[in-house]
Amino acid sequence: MRIKEHPILEFNQKEKVKFTLDGKELEGYKGEPIASALVAAGIKVLSRSIKYHRPRGFFCAIGKCSACLMKVNGVPNIRTCVTKLEEGMKVEIQKGKGDFN
Amino acid sequence: MTDIAIIGGGPAGLSAAIYAASLGAKVTLIDDGLELGGQLIKQTHKFFGSEKQFAGIRGIEIAKKMIQDIKEYDNIEAIANSTVTGYYEDEVITIVQGVNGDILKKLKAKRIIVATGALENMLPFVNNDLPGVYGAGAVQTLMNLYGVVPGNNILMVGAGNIGLIVSYQLLQAGIKVEAIVEALPRIGGYLVHASKIRRLGVPIYTSHTLKEVYGTDCIEKAVISEINRNFEFIPGTEKELEVDTICLAVGLSPLSDLLWQAGCQMKYVPELCGYVALRDDNMKTTKDKIYIAGDVAGIEEASSAMLEGQIAGLNAAVSLGYKCDNYQEQDKKLKAELRELRDNPLSEEIKIGIEKALIRGGRD
Repeated sequence: MRIKEHPILEFNQKEKVKFTLDGKELEGYKGEPIASALVAAGIKVLSRSIKYHRPRGFFCAIGKCSACLMKVNGVPNIRTCVTKLEEGMKVEIQKGKGDFN
Repeated sequence: MTDIAIIGGGPAGLSAAIYAASLGAKVTLIDDGLELGGQLIKQTHKFFGSEKQFAGIRGIEIAKKMIQDIKEYDNIEAIANSTVTGYYEDEVITIVQGVNGDILKKLKAKRIIVATGALENMLPFVNNDLPGVYGAGAVQTLMNLYGVVPGNNILMVGAGNIGLIVSYQLLQAGIKVEAIVEALPRIGGYLVHASKIRRLGVPIYTSHTLKEVYGTDCIEKAVISEINRNFEFIPGTEKELEVDTICLAVGLSPLSDLLWQAGCQMKYVPELCGYVALRDDNMKTTKDKIYIAGDVAGIEEASSAMLEGQIAGLNAAVSLGYKCDNYQEQDKKLKAELRELRDNPLSEEIKIGIEKALIRGGRD
């Protein structure tokens, strides 16, 4: 969900882009972090812990906590909270430590 | 090759860059965020503190002004979205860049100013890794920077200034704050913020903490409990709250990894919230070429971070031979302003901490 009205801030995000999460098409704004677009689209689980597969969500937003590591365009372990969203990105929830394919 | 590499583009780093560049030094400013400005770019509240340090102005406006200033200096190169990973004896720092982190650059810098800021503290409670548990900084990033609603019903943990301010910001964004819990018997932040929030109907429970959250793949409920003076749960005082989001505002720790790696002498100072580098009053560490400023030097707030940044920027530039007309006077003025800023009852702890971390005359 997005904030619609704010007494102080204006969100001048203009350019909508399409991307996919595990093949499902979603929409976000160009240049916002990938993880922010996912949260806005109602996605809560961004990754799974390696050993017990516990769900992990958006946590630190500064690229430090590793809860948002995902596979983006085939590359694993991308910190999606500090990586800008672009048109056509292929985002996947990665398994384990991730691998290249 | 650069004169001064500044690591961290928040209030301290920006201030250091502007001051050093104004004296003619070649500055490289490196930040790991998507944009410069650090925490300032999400702070919608007006600043307290002294007028010279932007009191009465919103953090977002301060950031805009400083980033504009940075752009006006040809001798500042600003690099965003890049992480400094090491400092080596031959004055070389390594910088990791690129979406995949696959670009490694080396930069030789005659001085470095470490202004890396802080990392939010985690809190132990059952299921604290569930999606929906956020740091307060992350909540601010989502809602104030990107206009994204972090959750529908929030439990704020911590009634220090960050907990209170972010609660108010959540309410401004139209998001429900169910309650604020604070482990201490009293509210830590400014009471003016607390009363504002209470008037809006949000209860603040002191001597309470979060015991557990539960749910499948996301938070469905939270259990809070009263605690005694030894911070132990008091059985039978548990309350269940229907929230989907936990916002942790339980303090910060200096982000000092680089200073450890560089071999600066470090000390645990509880009043400064963790390990900090020993420094002289010019903000120089025990390594002659390394300066510090802002939260990495001890958790405080943006106004003091800006002054520390200016002091570090001035002294690093002067140590390289850049001329400052009436250096003595400028240096004295900045230090006096910093003392003045800390001259209030809420800064007592900070002053004790700084005394513990201060050295007279740095040595390498």
